This record gives sequence, structure tokens and C-alpha cells, in this order.
Amino acid sequence: MTKPSSELISSQQPSLHKAYLPVSPIDEVGVRERVARLNRRSIKKDSKKEALKLALSMIDLTTLEGKDSTGKVIQLCRKAARPHAGMASLPHVAAVCVYPSMVSTARKQLEGTGIFTASVATSFPAGMVSLKQKLDDTRYAIEQGAEEIDMVISRGEFLKGNYSYVYDEIASIREVCQEVHLKVILETGELGTLEHVRKASDLAIRAGADFIKTSTGKIAPAATQPATLVMLEAIRDHYLATGHKVGMKPAGGIRKAKQALQYLVLLRETLGAGWVTPEYFRFGASSLANDLLMQILKQETGVYQSADYFSID
Amino acid sequence: MSDSSPDKPTSPNFDAALDFRSGWSYSEAPESSDYIELDENYGHYIDGRFVQPSKGRYLESINPATEKSLAKIADGTGEDVDAAVKAAGKAFKSKWSGLPGRERGKYIYRIARMIQEYARELAVLESMDGGKPIRESRDVDIPLTAAHFFYYAGWADKLEYAFPGRKAEPLGVCGQIIPWNFPMLMLAWKIAPALATGNTVVLKPAETTSLTALRFAEICSDAGLPDGVINIVTGAGQTGSNLVNHPDIDKIAFTGSTEVGKIIQKSLAGSGKRYTLELGGKGANIIFEDAAIEQAVEGVINAIFFNQGHVCCAGSRLLVQESIADLFISRLKDRMETLIVGDPLDKNTDIGAINSKAQYDRILNYLEIGVEEGAAIYQTQAELPKSGYFCRPTLFTDVGQSNRIVNEEIFGPVLTIQTFRTPDEAVEKANNTPYGLSGGVWTDKGSKIFQTGRALRAGVIWSNTFNKFDPTSPFGGYKESGVGREGGLHGLYPYVHLTS
Repeated sequence: MTKPSSELISSQQPSLHKAYLPVSPIDEVGVRERVARLNRRSIKKDSKKEALKLALSMIDLTTLEGKDSTGKVIQLCRKAARPHAGMASLPHVAAVCVYPSMVSTARKQLEGTGIFTASVATSFPAGMVSLKQKLDDTRYAIEQGAEEIDMVISRGEFLKGNYSYVYDEIASIREVCQEVHLKVILETGELGTLEHVRKASDLAIRAGADFIKTSTGKIAPAATQPATLVMLEAIRDHYLATGHKVGMKPAGGIRKAKQALQYLVLLRETLGAGWVTPEYFRFGASSLANDLLMQILKQETGVYQSADYFSID
Repeated sequence: MSDSSPDKPTSPNFDAALDFRSGWSYSEAPESSDYIELDENYGHYIDGRFVQPSKGRYLESINPATEKSLAKIADGTGEDVDAAVKAAGKAFKSKWSGLPGRERGKYIYRIARMIQEYARELAVLESMDGGKPIRESRDVDIPLTAAHFFYYAGWADKLEYAFPGRKAEPLGVCGQIIPWNFPMLMLAWKIAPALATGNTVVLKPAETTSLTALRFAEICSDAGLPDGVINIVTGAGQTGSNLVNHPDIDKIAFTGSTEVGKIIQKSLAGSGKRYTLELGGKGANIIFEDAAIEQAVEGVINAIFFNQGHVCCAGSRLLVQESIADLFISRLKDRMETLIVGDPLDKNTDIGAINSKAQYDRILNYLEIGVEEGAAIYQTQAELPKSGYFCRPTLFTDVGQSNRIVNEEIFGPVLTIQTFRTPDEAVEKANNTPYGLSGGVWTDKGSKIFQTGRALRAGVIWSNTFNKFDPTSPFGGYKESGVGREGGLHGLYPYVHLTS
């Protein structure tokens, strides 16, 4: 690959033509109304049971704290593989998502489980370093064994209108990743408008993202349904134009099973059955798993179990 | 210019389509209806009591989703109407017209609160009797019904502020005839302003949807409304005609078809009776190339598939700018595939049952006409229940202004789509109709909204939304869509005689 350099920051021209994408106006009031209507869907009985298990299988079980340690990560990996001791029939989660320095620990624990090891990279969460450092960060995570990379975009450059920078940045990381699964975090809570969300989605998709992801979880608001809907529409439009499927990951703030079901409704009615699978949809979450478990057990047994019956790792 | 044309296919999978039929789907989620208690027979509500019809005839009230009878309702005769008008006249003179506005307001507030209290029951009954999805009866019809009563209750003691410097006198007995598409809401549009201004009422609901009006009569009774202030006579066209032609009626308020409206207007000519008519429509929904496409698609869904398209102000003619037409129609079709057609009581149903066999046949007839006229028909693959009157959401393309399906009100989930090239052409096509009830303008440009809105000859223009209702907003038609306004301050005028 060509050696990327920090010069890219000032390069405006080279890829502008492919990076600049006019966006249809987006009416936020209309988006909210659409979300509200989708939230009226009533998920009951078998449909609910199926959705709860599906949601569990879509979780990127996440710990992204300065105090993360091998002990913490090992325990989280145990939870990922076997979410609830009492129930053998439960699916495992999709991935465990950690900082680069925790990747090797996680990878070792997850060997043979079918659970992917995901790592945030590119100086998560702010990404306020040079491109070189971001590339090094990504390489390090991959060397440590990351099978999925969750990168952040440079929101400052994006808001400045320097779309070609953002495009090139994503494309450079894409090159480093090669076959490693790349999720691009837009940090929608910092983008300000849904039109920005759409534009950033289009940029990320064209620059080679396998998944687009709402948030780092470090900024409020994190994932929102309006932002997710707009991102799903970007994925849909790209698919209908090219036949290429990109995945979606809302992350941060999704703590309750009911929210997860609402996201699944958004997904189903925007992209259809082809995306309702962990291959193309993930929840970035830490506490969602236990609420899903609690609801699954409620469906099985008819009663809610005490929170003490669910492991906190 | 527009970014509408999709990118060139770059992959051999280009034919890939979205799959809304397989995989995880929604289980049945029926709203419970077992607590709804219906009598076998219902009489008229006259002078504060339910009375049997004078000639003892009854009509079946059919649940259009099951084709089974729910109850029998009285078929009002001339004598029944006469008894009701007399009761209303008596109540007007002896009690209601002399009551201070503040006291009238108390009754109306009480009715509004009781509608909220019984909201779920009324919504379920509305869906059983009329076929509309519970999502709409629960979230739109009944809340708006209560809102109308609250709104006009507020005016009852403030009429001197509504008409500064003048005195607003009530007219007397109002004959009100309402349609089957929004039974409770139309009842509220009619009754609330009449009561607030001191009039008394004889109301005739549509023969296919009288049950909620009769339940409303019980609510009025429980609210302690003086006998005879509200009278409800059920029946079909002849009953309505008896009401229109009764000599002691002071005002007629009618919502229904333009055809019947014209008959009413003729029979009222020279009678001195006041009238308001809210009639048919063939609303144009204009999508400009600079619109928020995704939200406009959703707006079109709300404009034509709301209440199975049984909406006089439906956006039943789509005018889409040619530069985005292919993209827009393809997105619209995808969205339509996610519409669930079925049991009106299921909470996930988007499109319920067509209100009656007669309307169902009428819609099917129009579908045939459209095909005969050479239009391209598109229907979704929605699964339909085995029994009941259900119609798939339908689009017609390749149509022009000269087609019957473009000219005539179909009153079903059927949308015709035409393209236009310039704003002038859009406006010309939109106005090229004998109707003038509603219109929609979709663009991200504020100036274009006002420019287009001003040029459209219709009573209600929505921009970047559709089918939004509020009791504070007047509603009514241009041309053959009606006479007079209902709702808001304007809705008081048809019910008062102003003196200085």
C-alpha cells in the first residue's frame, strides 16, 4: 500500500469527486414521525421470543474503560460465550469489543467459540491524532488478533467540510485492515444534523466500510433511532444501487430489551430480512445482555427473575 | 441539480431486491374486544331515551372484517325524525338556548372527559364497526374526538370574544348527517360547535357505522346532558332525506359524497335553512425534486393509505416531478410492501377492512376501470384474510388527467401517479378538477411552499406532511368539495346568527 502521511490533512482535491455526494434533504420532523410509527409495532408471543434471542446474538459485548484489565476482559468473554448458565439453548453474542491493548487477552479467551474479537482503533474515541498514529493503532490492534476494527472518523474535518480528508482517512484504514472487518463510527451525536449523518454514512460506505456504526458511547446522545434510520436508508440505497451489503451497528445507550426490539423493527422494515442477522446488524452494548436475558426468562417461565440471578461481568 | 438517479450498477447482484416477506415477523397482537357488550337491537336516541323505531324496521350493522352482523340498528322513518326534531326543538326553547355559555361549556367538558375515559372501548368499537385499524382509531380518531369537544367547550362562554361587538345567537335545531369514514370524529366536528353555540341537534350517523354514535348517546345521558339536546336517529339515505326536508330544521350540516351534497343543496334551495356541506375530493399531492424524498414517500403513504383511503381529503393523486419519478416510485413500492393489511383489531395492522360490501365493490370496479383505461396497475403482495372486505394497497401509473381513475373519487387505497416537469404544470394539473378539498406540497424550499400553496385551489394545503388534523384549524372545500368551514373559530360561524 502507498504510505499515507499526515499531508492528507491538507489535501483537498485528489478524491473530492468520489467523496462529494449530494444528499437529498432530510426532514427531521418526518424522520421522528416515522420512528414513532415504527415504535407502535407490537411485538408479542413467538415473535418476541425470537427477537430477544436474535438481539442477544447481535451484541458486541463491550468494555471500553481506562480501568479495563485482563481480569475484567476474561470475565466478559465468559459471559459472551455463555450469557446465562441456566439456559443452554441461548445463542452466544456476536463479538467482544475492547481496546487494542486488551485484544490478545480477548482473542485467547474467545478461540473456538465463534465469537469475534473486535477492537476499537484510530485513537478511539476522539481520534484527535495524526493519520499515521491512527494507522499504527489499527495495525497494532490487528497484530494483537483483532478480527474486527471499530474506527472513528475525524468529526472536526467532516464538520469543516473536508469530506475528502474523511474519505481518504477511512480508505487508508480500510487498506490496513485488508480482510479484517471494518466498522466506521460516525459519532452521530457530534454531527448535529441528520443530513450530516447521511453524508457521513455515504462517505464511509463508499470508502469501504463493512459496517457503519452510530457512536463511540462516550458522547451523549449515543445511538438514536432517527440517526439509525437515516443510516439504514443509506445502506439500503447503496445496496439497491450496487448490490453490495453494508452492515449497521447502533452503539451506546441501548440498555433495555424493549429498545432493542424497536431497533429490530426499524431494521426489518427498512432493509428487510437480509439484514436481520448478526452478520449485518450488531448492537454495541454492555448492559443490554442482562435485560434481554431477563426478558427471555420471563417469556420462558412467565415470571420475572431477580436481577441477582443474572451475572454481572 | 437533483441527485435522484441511482448510481450505475457496479455489481452482478444488481437485481437484488429487499425482502420483506421472509425471516423474523410479527405475531398476532390483537387488541382485546371481549368486554364490548352489544345489544341485539338498537333504537333511536330521542329526548334522552332509547326508543324503538315507529315502524319497527331494523338494519344490520356488519363488521366488514368478518362480514358478520354486530347488531341491528333502527331504520329511521319520517315519524322517527319528526319525534327527534320535536324533542330537539323543545330542548332548545325550554332549556339549552337559555343556558349561560359557562354552563353549556361544563356539559361539553364533561362529555370530552368521558370520551377520554372510555377511549379504549370507543376505539375498539369503532374498529369493529367500521374496519379501520385500531392503531388509527386508538391514536387518531378518538383522541381527536375528545380534543374537538375540549376545544369547543372552551368557546362556549367566550362567544363575545369570538365575535367582538356582536351578539351570537344560536340558530335552533341542527340536522347533522355524518359519513362512515370517521364516525366519532365527524360526530364531534358536528356536535361540539353546535352545542357550544347553544343549538340542539338531531344527528344521523351512517348506516354502516352507527354503533359508536349510539354509545356516545349513552355517554351524553350519563353526563346528565338535558334531554333532547342531542338526538340520534339511525337509518340510511331516506332517513337523511327526511331530516333535510323537515320544516322545523334550522340548519343542515352534511359530510359525505358530492353527489348527495348536490341533492341536499337542491332540496334546501329557498327553504331559508342554513347549511354546510363537506363533500368529496381528489387531492393532489405534489412532490418536487428538491423534497426530502424519504419523508415524502412516508407522506404519500399517510396521504392515501390512512384509513384505507376512505378520506375525503386523501392525497389520491400523486404528482411527482419527472426528474425523480423513477426513484420515488421505486422507494414508494418498497415502503408499500411493509404495509400490513388485515384484522383491524390487530395492533400491527396498517390497513384494515374496506368499510362495506358496497364500497368494496365500488373500489374493485375502479380497479377494473383503471386497467381498461390502459393504466399500469401495481399492488403489493400483502396477504389478505380469507373473509372480510380487504383491498391491497394499489398504484396506477401511466395515467393522465383524462382518465376516470384520475378524475373521480375512488375512496379506497388506490393512488394514481402522474409526472410533471415544472411547478406551473404541477399547479395546473392539481387544480384541473371539480374538487378542491386538499393538497400537498413537498419541497425543502420555504419560498416554494408558499408560492405553490397560494396557487392551489383547495381548502387545506399541507406542506411536508399530510392528513394532519387539529380542532383549532378550519377545514372545508373549494368548488364541488363543499360549502362552509368546520373546526377552529371559523367552525362557529355556521352555527350562529350574528346581531349587532
